[in-house]
Amino acid sequence: MVASAVFYLLAAATLTATLLCVTRNNPVHAVIYLVHAFFDLALIFYLLGAPLVAAWEMIIYAGAIMVLVLFIIMMLELAPGGKTLTVDRQRWLPVVLLSLVTLGCTVVLIILDPAAAASGAAYHATPRDFGTALFDRYALAVQVVSFQLLFAAVGAYYVGKDESRERRGESP
Amino acid sequence: MIVPFAHILLFAAALFVMGLGCVLARRNLIMILIGVEIMLNAAAVALVGGSAYWRQVDGQVFVVFLMAMTSAEVAISLAMVVYLRRRKGTLVADDFDGMRG
Repeated sequence: MVASAVFYLLAAATLTATLLCVTRNNPVHAVIYLVHAFFDLALIFYLLGAPLVAAWEMIIYAGAIMVLVLFIIMMLELAPGGKTLTVDRQRWLPVVLLSLVTLGCTVVLIILDPAAAASGAAYHATPRDFGTALFDRYALAVQVVSFQLLFAAVGAYYVGKDESRERRGESP
Repeated sequence: MIVPFAHILLFAAALFVMGLGCVLARRNLIMILIGVEIMLNAAAVALVGGSAYWRQVDGQVFVVFLMAMTSAEVAISLAMVVYLRRRKGTLVADDFDGMRG
């Protein structure tokens, strides 16, 4: 079955990207490999019948959270400096291979099922089922989580405030 | 199910162990945060796998709560990273070993 083969291929690609991520010395490279692992994970979620979660994995994890981490790394200048204009094979080979695997799996999934009707999974949660469960059965939990996000935003603002600049009377 | 449930759980466990190893072995605060992210994603894989196995949507709903929790955690912890860097000029976890007061 093609879907099973794609699952195992994607699982292997995710584990490889994660292993490369946790062994990098440069935090920027680690974040890029992690974003790649999230792309593969999103495809796995789609294969397991969770298209909405797959979309949010891309938008929230790869798009928002990892870019935030990347901004902080660049803002604090944590990456080792020095420009490398030459591209050595040792650095780009794993990236190219992993990208080819992800691209190939995506193409296979699109060719298998262009309208995403069955997605190869026995169970397929439609956005309708998902929304009903989220805002009907788990309505209280949604409220709690939204409060938690608000507290996190206020806390992040408080912790990240530059006190020395404030003492000098400058606007932040 | 396209694959046995055990294989999904094994995959999630492997991912989780990698994240745990990253948290325990690396001393850079950013890398520790990345390890936590990997562990949370392993939990998400297990939840989605369970959702597909029992044919209930609840597992996927919990992944959404997990994502909201991760956003909150990342916002707070990155603010802490900026604060600690400003305060001590380093991000090596071993340097933050003292308590005041």
